[in-house]
Amino acid sequence: MTTRQRLSATLAVLTVALAIGGCASEPWVMPYEREYLADPIMSFSRDPLYSKHLQHVFDTREAARGAGMAQGVGCGCN
Amino acid sequence: MKGFAGMRVAATLGPRIAPTCVLALLGCLVATVAHSAVLPEERADLMYHYYQGGGVKVAGPALLVRKGYQEKVSLSASYYVDNVSSASIDVITTASPYREKRDEYSASIDYLHRSTLLGLSFTTSDEPDYTAEALGLSFAQEMFGSMTTFSLGYVIGRDRVFSSTDNSFADRVDRYQFQLGWSQVVTKTFVVTVNFEAIDEDGYLNSPYRAALIVGAPVPEQYPRVRTSQALAVRAKKAWRYERRGWNAALLGEYRFFRDNWEIDATTLGLGYEQYLGRRWLGDLHYRYYTQSRASFYSDDFTAAQTFMARDKELSTFKSHTVGGKLSYVMFDRRREGGEPLRSSVNLSYDYMKFDYDDFTDIRTGRPYSFGANVVQLFLSVWY
Repeated sequence: MTTRQRLSATLAVLTVALAIGGCASEPWVMPYEREYLADPIMSFSRDPLYSKHLQHVFDTREAARGAGMAQGVGCGCN
Repeated sequence: MKGFAGMRVAATLGPRIAPTCVLALLGCLVATVAHSAVLPEERADLMYHYYQGGGVKVAGPALLVRKGYQEKVSLSASYYVDNVSSASIDVITTASPYREKRDEYSASIDYLHRSTLLGLSFTTSDEPDYTAEALGLSFAQEMFGSMTTFSLGYVIGRDRVFSSTDNSFADRVDRYQFQLGWSQVVTKTFVVTVNFEAIDEDGYLNSPYRAALIVGAPVPEQYPRVRTSQALAVRAKKAWRYERRGWNAALLGEYRFFRDNWEIDATTLGLGYEQYLGRRWLGDLHYRYYTQSRASFYSDDFTAAQTFMARDKELSTFKSHTVGGKLSYVMFDRRREGGEPLRSSVNLSYDYMKFDYDDFTDIRTGRPYSFGANVVQLFLSVWY
């Protein structure tokens, strides 16, 4: 088995284990407390256009990209 | 950071191998039974954005509309325009100022099945010398009683590069992006997300207009035709209240590490604070620090010709600081007869960015280059 095959198999087994575990867990935030998580102030990116534009400004002026809160497309901006 | 085993694993895995993993994980997770997830909110946003700095002005409108159907499907479409007027340091030292317009269109569809959210998106952008298209597939699964969200994404991009000064020039860029995300509700006041993204690019990765310098003499830049990168970001949000009504304030922290095969290492640190100001106002302050090392084939002025040569300041060693704020005013917030929300807000944001380059010289002055930039966004949002 190659290294990539081992990695794929490990990832799949880990995910199955997590999924099975997910079925058995009880949430520790009660249903009547969920409204707090839905508050806009708890969102990492509550305004998608705003986040997208700011991410675009950074991506066209920096070498680093990825793992952001918005998805863009290539451009000849720089 | 050669000891970062996670990145070596991802680099070995590679974004082109990712589809196999995506299918394996989809098969495992779809069977999970958990609380139902929700679709993204129905909303419309109309924005005017403005950037001015470093001799460049970019402004234009943007529009986003999202609509849901029977709590199963959500459709969205967006339009984004950049009207560019550029006299940047690269332009004025090697060419002439120019104006151009870039249009970007995007559409997406999300499908919700119990606690699984599938998404398909398409984005295309067009400017006189560059076109780009990207097709994205995403998958999100809530687990552990909706306390955890696991997400996967895969994006294929195809760009075409042209030159407005040479009609015979045409080349391409192929891009593959593999995204992994983990969002965890730690307590009702504390949420953490971890995001990883690997990007693989193949093709013409530089600009046909920019020049490198060999002992002061300009020569065409030469870039590698392959770039692979990995980025890992951790974000955390903590809310608290000092009045009985909901949350009043929240603190945000983020850290991102980036590295690529061009030997660029970059770090991003961010801090943010948000607070409700009465019933209708929401204020936000944030600070961002960014630093990067130069690419292995970057030089401000080469002493001799090399296989690969770049003088793009985006590949140099530099730091930037961004300070900004956003103010939102809720114009109305009520429920319609059927119980659906109807809410509208007007928002204004301002950011000041300062870039300081260590090894990119402003040849007009002979000193290391630096510039400040102003970014303004004014937008109207409606939820329905």
